[in-house]
Amino acid sequence: MSAARKRPAGLSGRAVAYAIALAALATVPYWMPGEYYINVSSQILFYAVFALGLNVLVGYAGLVSLGHAGLLGIAAYATGYMLESGYGHPLAIVAALVIGVASMALYAVLSLRATGIGFIMITLALGEIIWGLCYRWISITNGDNGINLHGRPHPFGFAINTATSFYYTTLVVFLLAMAAVTVFVRSPLGAALMGTRDQPRRMNALGYHVWAIRFWACMFSGLLTAVSGVMFVYYTQFISPQAVDLTASAEVLLMVISGGAGTLLGPVVGAALVVVVKSVVSGFIERWNMLLGAIFVAIVILMPEGLVPGTVRLWRLAWRRLNAQRGAKAEAKP
Amino acid sequence: MSALTVSSLSKAFGGLRVTNDVNLDVQPGERRLIIGPNGAGKTTLFNLITGELTPDSGSIALFGDDITRVPSRRRPHMGMARTYQIITLFPHDTIVHNVSLALLGLLKLRWNPLIDLKRLSHVTDDARAALDRVGLAHLAERPLAQTSYGERRRVEIAMALAQSPKLLLLDEPFAGLSIDERRDVHQLLLGIPRDVTMVMIEHNMDVALEFAERITLLHFGEVIVEGTRAEVVADPRTREVYLGH
Repeated sequence: MSAARKRPAGLSGRAVAYAIALAALATVPYWMPGEYYINVSSQILFYAVFALGLNVLVGYAGLVSLGHAGLLGIAAYATGYMLESGYGHPLAIVAALVIGVASMALYAVLSLRATGIGFIMITLALGEIIWGLCYRWISITNGDNGINLHGRPHPFGFAINTATSFYYTTLVVFLLAMAAVTVFVRSPLGAALMGTRDQPRRMNALGYHVWAIRFWACMFSGLLTAVSGVMFVYYTQFISPQAVDLTASAEVLLMVISGGAGTLLGPVVGAALVVVVKSVVSGFIERWNMLLGAIFVAIVILMPEGLVPGTVRLWRLAWRRLNAQRGAKAEAKP
Repeated sequence: MSALTVSSLSKAFGGLRVTNDVNLDVQPGERRLIIGPNGAGKTTLFNLITGELTPDSGSIALFGDDITRVPSRRRPHMGMARTYQIITLFPHDTIVHNVSLALLGLLKLRWNPLIDLKRLSHVTDDARAALDRVGLAHLAERPLAQTSYGERRRVEIAMALAQSPKLLLLDEPFAGLSIDERRDVHQLLLGIPRDVTMVMIEHNMDVALEFAERITLLHFGEVIVEGTRAEVVADPRTREVYLGH
């Protein structure tokens, strides 16, 4: 009974929390202590889009991809190459998204031959192949030197060349991505995808096309990844094979897992954690890599399910204990 | 026209012939029981019928249509549903969500990435109706992880019934149930109308014999005896296989 009574309060509490978070995000340029931190916020948001994309596979499809940085790289390189070839920003962005999603289709067809460890190994190999192409296909990628960009787009006369304007653009993209994933997860196709994660054999026996469901999940993941690739390359104004390597793929996977795979907010929190340690804390601690490692170990030990679900669990536990204590006191009084 | 026709079906795993020239003819509305000792190839036969395994030779027909080469995922759309011996459900979801997935499997809607599943009241209403048939309507919102083994067996049956199958394949629906639960499931199966043809694998002879009109005895992948309840029980080969003398 008590759980049922508390529910409405919990729901409105959630709504309040979302409203506060949204307000905080919308006012970042006003309360952040400087342009540098506004840029860090932009990074968090486009990495969050990347992590949201990977989470569609890792969290909701149960397919761990270790080559996703390669897909981000393809979209980023496509943008850079198109701009370098003299095309305008709109065409470059559209081409990057189309090429990114088309590459994902090929990536999916090759890797969906397997699940579990087989899938991980194929995606790892594909990621390495993409890295190799970026490194060696010099006529397109400029090899180790990478591609430099010159300037950002001006959609509808709105220049995105300052930290603040870029931040707001990223925020809009992030909110759209977040909304898309939220809608997808609640939809029949989303439910079917989670079904194929938990019981693929049963889903097949119920009449679902398990492979096709996984393929469409890959395409959705690929679209989000391509979007974040475009944001990434416009932010850094530079793309080189370093952004495509295995470390980058592992990093985004750690964002998903540390935040909480298969949750909506987990990848966002994970992206914030990794970006903050990498760019802010690294200014104070030279061995920031070790710190990040220690944080991951702590998460795995204390909250193996990830920061978001782990915090929810501990919060509920504390709440229940508090209520139990209150109940005991109330009984002791008379 | 037969509901299910299995003709000279064979399947071998390496050198082991798990299904050996099996013939089966089940009439519409029939209740067929398949018995046999452990390792007789009963579940393999089910997996061949549902298409989860591909036969080495032979053919399978569902209401006259040859489905030997039809992918297993298409067979539910043709009116075939099954339950599993080892309970195969979605542990993170509620009971009603489990049944909703069974319903969605046959709807075009399953490809929709935009609408909210919770708002599709016709799906949830149908799922509740299916749960009502197995007496679980009052537990619809309960997470599957918080249900008993007997309740899960009934969820399995509810999911199969939700798909309104013409042919229902039940793989040991009484396995692991208490006497009371067994009685409940038995009543439930007796209440299924005759437009559903049922084939059941079962070890539990006392309940199963009451259910079946015709019985097929499998042993080492072969049909040893087939006939009415009385014929099979009276046959000396049944005693030999089951009692060893």
